[in-house]
Amino acid sequence: MARVLVGVKRVIDYAVKIRIKPDKKGVLTDGVKHSMNPFDEIAVEEAVRMKEKKIASEIIAVSCGPAQAQDVIRTALAMGVDKGIHVDIPAKEFETLQPLHVSKMLAKIAQDEKVDIVILGKQAIDDDCNQTAQMTAAVLDWPQATNASKIEKGDKDVTVTREIDGGLEVIKCKLPVVISADLRLNEPRYATLPNIMKAKKKPIKKVTPKDLGVDTAARIEIVSVEEPPVRKGGTIIPDVDTLVAKLKEGGFVP
Amino acid sequence: MNTALFDCKATIIMHGIMFLRKTNRVGCRVENIGFLSDTTQKFPVERGEFNKLNNGHKGFFRQLLGDYRVITDNHDLVKYNNDWFGYVKGCSQIVLKPKTTEEVSQILSFCNENRLAICLQGGNTDVVGASVPVFDEIVVSTELMNEIIDLDENSGVIICQAGCVLENIDKKLEGSGLMVPLDLGAKGSCHIGGNVATNAGGLRLLRYGNLHGNVLGLEVVKANGEVIDCLSTLKKDNTGFHLKHLFIGSEGTLGFITKVSLQCPPRARSINVAFLGLQNFDKVLKTFRKAKEDLCEILSAFEVIDSTSMEFAKETVGITSPIGDYPYYLLIETSGSNPEHDADKLYKFLDLVLVKHLALNGTLATEPAKVNAIWAIREKIPEGFKHSSVLCYDFSLPLSKYFDLVEDMRNHMGSLAKKVFGFGHLGDGNLHLQIEVNEMSKEVRDHVEPNVFERVKQMNGSISAEHGMGFLKANYLSFANPPSKVEMMRNLKSMLDPKGILNPYKVFPWTYS
Repeated sequence: MARVLVGVKRVIDYAVKIRIKPDKKGVLTDGVKHSMNPFDEIAVEEAVRMKEKKIASEIIAVSCGPAQAQDVIRTALAMGVDKGIHVDIPAKEFETLQPLHVSKMLAKIAQDEKVDIVILGKQAIDDDCNQTAQMTAAVLDWPQATNASKIEKGDKDVTVTREIDGGLEVIKCKLPVVISADLRLNEPRYATLPNIMKAKKKPIKKVTPKDLGVDTAARIEIVSVEEPPVRKGGTIIPDVDTLVAKLKEGGFVP
Repeated sequence: MNTALFDCKATIIMHGIMFLRKTNRVGCRVENIGFLSDTTQKFPVERGEFNKLNNGHKGFFRQLLGDYRVITDNHDLVKYNNDWFGYVKGCSQIVLKPKTTEEVSQILSFCNENRLAICLQGGNTDVVGASVPVFDEIVVSTELMNEIIDLDENSGVIICQAGCVLENIDKKLEGSGLMVPLDLGAKGSCHIGGNVATNAGGLRLLRYGNLHGNVLGLEVVKANGEVIDCLSTLKKDNTGFHLKHLFIGSEGTLGFITKVSLQCPPRARSINVAFLGLQNFDKVLKTFRKAKEDLCEILSAFEVIDSTSMEFAKETVGITSPIGDYPYYLLIETSGSNPEHDADKLYKFLDLVLVKHLALNGTLATEPAKVNAIWAIREKIPEGFKHSSVLCYDFSLPLSKYFDLVEDMRNHMGSLAKKVFGFGHLGDGNLHLQIEVNEMSKEVRDHVEPNVFERVKQMNGSISAEHGMGFLKANYLSFANPPSKVEMMRNLKSMLDPKGILNPYKVFPWTYS
């Protein structure tokens, strides 16, 4: 049975409207509702299903971020993950933290925990980088299967169906492997109340980047964060009849 | 021989009467062939003594509103003549879209003088046939009366035109940290004017009370075109009769609401939703009492769904329970200003509910996207009605008998119904009873009504908790109210709208069968 590591990032909830900080150096996060990155939720769900099918023996969820990152680890634990590791990054440092930093930390934990499969969301909905899985595989020098929509585990390998432009690609990778989860891989469950209560008692280990031997010094400087230009209310309509109906509805034509 | 002749004569006379009756009844249809009103084919309703629309009238409306805001194209009229369920259907040949109170006033004054019947229409999301014409009434739509006039952030009062879509008002308020005090499944299409005219209830009534408390003022146009200004923004104003209340829930039969001033509470910064599975209704009631005690001031919604409702939702709109199958489900929402405080209260409550075995299972959403997803389970059930034939009822019942009615009706319907199910705002004692049938026939409806209303009356309930009487329940006005009350309603109607041009065939009975 495989040991599985999943990455869970705390991001601003996708139902919340994003607001830019007055100094234009980032987005407002204070008092804003956060949740687990939806693609990471899919990764967690896949790992939990593996455990339910007795393919996985233990699942570890890792989150890199400030103290509140523990919230999403708790969510993962409530969904069925066994233990959590919180890599504590001060809020200020977190602003310039990049996929390269995170992948080095994930790689180190993957080695320390002797995991066979790393499953990460294909991208986070805040920075949309889509790099962490690829970089983690590179740091570890493991095979990678990105944008997975189906994962089947064999004895010493996994067969992964990938969503690519214009179709599906099926690849086979030797273990250990890094996989990134795409939208259609599964539909994440709702954690049940008994499991939410139980999750409060599951262990979360706190470590620092230093413990993992990773330098999190900024490699970039944020020059400016801007809102996208406001779109001038255009809509796409299916046919001429709808166009005529819309014009009449608005009282523009008789 | 004599006898035979006598018989024959009698037959002729009888046929004669029947023929006369028929022509009388279909009087309006003969000329409008091709636009037969479905409603009048289904129900024995007779057209009132109103004049018919002619080219002169059309000319006046075009002069007043211009060509673009007068709709007469048959194709374009469809959406204004048909209700949301596709159950009632009028044959109006004109829709007017005023933008201002002055225009409404001129339209009404003209129609009153010319004895032309009017159907008032907002977002047309009504479910009792109130928002569509029955015959050829002129539809006056508030679609273009959609301006937000003023927002006072200090007092939390918004003034807007009657045609503002509820959700748009809420979006406007969001920027100021406020929210509308009512929330309905139809919020994306319903108009505030219609909400007020029908005294719409909805999901937040438990916390914020009904519109009689939240509407501070109204501007209303009487049938003769006179504008009544009750558009106060004051919370306290005892200078004479509180006339606005007359129009809240009048279903457009007393006047045309053109502007609304609404009191808006602060927008909650912390919203949590718990979804629970329970074994029986007794436990539902116990959980309700516990929720009121323990969650107290942060409790903002308490909705119940039975297992058959969930099956129906699964079959029609593909919604499933996120926690597995249970006889009853509860959706409990809390909203407040402090996330830690609310979470602490809610966790303690949920822990207790599980430990005491009141709930068998559940889930909790504390993040906006998940909160929305859980709410969608409850809000999407009515969308299934569009994919099936469902008789919808909306009752207030004493809580102890809340689900007895569903069981009673299931037995009463037997094989006539595919499904009998109930869900609703348990916190307000409001049950939405639904009867899904293979085909919506007169036989089926006659089997249900008035039987179901009698049962509700026996249980000391109300036959319309929030939907109103509209067209479909209008004949039960006297059934639901004592004679003195009905008499006073009639007096008010004849005083404010002596010619009865505003929403005829609605609220007041159209037949005494």
